[in-house]
Amino acid sequence: MARAAIPGRLTWQLGRVVELVDETPRCKSLVIELPEWRGHRAGQHVDVRLTAEDGYQAERSYSIASSPGDAQLVLTVERLEDGEVSPYLTDELRPGDELELRGPIGGYFVWEPSQGGPLLLIAGGSGVVPFRAMLRRWTAGERDVPARLLYSSRTLQEVIYRTELERLAEEGAEVNLTLTRQWPADWQGHRGRVDRALLAEVTWPPQQRPLVYVCGPTAFVETVAEALVKAGHEPGRIKTERFGPTGS
Amino acid sequence: MEALDGNAIAGTLFEYFATEMTTAPGTCAHCGTRSQIAELAVYARAPGAVVRCRHCGSVVIVLVTIRNQLHVDWSAFPMEETSGH
Repeated sequence: MARAAIPGRLTWQLGRVVELVDETPRCKSLVIELPEWRGHRAGQHVDVRLTAEDGYQAERSYSIASSPGDAQLVLTVERLEDGEVSPYLTDELRPGDELELRGPIGGYFVWEPSQGGPLLLIAGGSGVVPFRAMLRRWTAGERDVPARLLYSSRTLQEVIYRTELERLAEEGAEVNLTLTRQWPADWQGHRGRVDRALLAEVTWPPQQRPLVYVCGPTAFVETVAEALVKAGHEPGRIKTERFGPTGS
Repeated sequence: MEALDGNAIAGTLFEYFATEMTTAPGTCAHCGTRSQIAELAVYARAPGAVVRCRHCGSVVIVLVTIRNQLHVDWSAFPMEETSGH
């Protein structure tokens, strides 16, 4: 039986997985239907909780990949080899299964059109997930500020949302990919890690005061944020979100 | 272990304070640096989390769950009144 959520309270609820989408060999998107969803802002996340038969519980946060205007909630999960939660979500979960989650959560790493821009999104690996939500939100709006994505991936096979990124580019978002380990012989995009030179090439100059979001593994986020500050970008206009395995 | 940031404990803090807290500004009691919770360094290792000031590295918030009861000590990170609470 569905229980009404108390406004202002964050309650656990059961969603139903309606579809699983293979994004890359290690990432899947979970399309979820929820009985109670009061909407979210692009960039927010949810907490997912798994309970074992003996009562042991494990909780992890996953960024929301769907836009506020989308009909269903989408999470994209990267399988971590020694993870407690992600291998279950990517390997065991089937359409029709229920999943316990709470959200939306977070108010810092969010973007809404009223915040303006130019909007600069810098992702390392699965750090691109909240940016799918932000770029979808951007395409659904007036697009009165330009939006640009710089996405670093080890290989082309590991690039999440490839088709969608092409579609977003057709709709006017500027999509820049850099591959750090391997690239096809005819690769036209950038090569190598995000460094000062690549940032100087791809980002707007500090004088244009871009609103910057950086998301990825801790080391990636800190390298990029530090390089941006050194290049003269205002620390107050750089928002960061680090992710990584939690627990021991 | 690499530090995450305050976004990683947003759900737990929401549970405790009954409002969104990542944008809540506070001041490090050790060095006086002002930050929002999302900007703090979080070392999340079950059964709790230790939150440090990014400027001086001092522990400013500790979260621990004892017998299913969440305890949060934020005495070293006095927070300004926010609209949420």
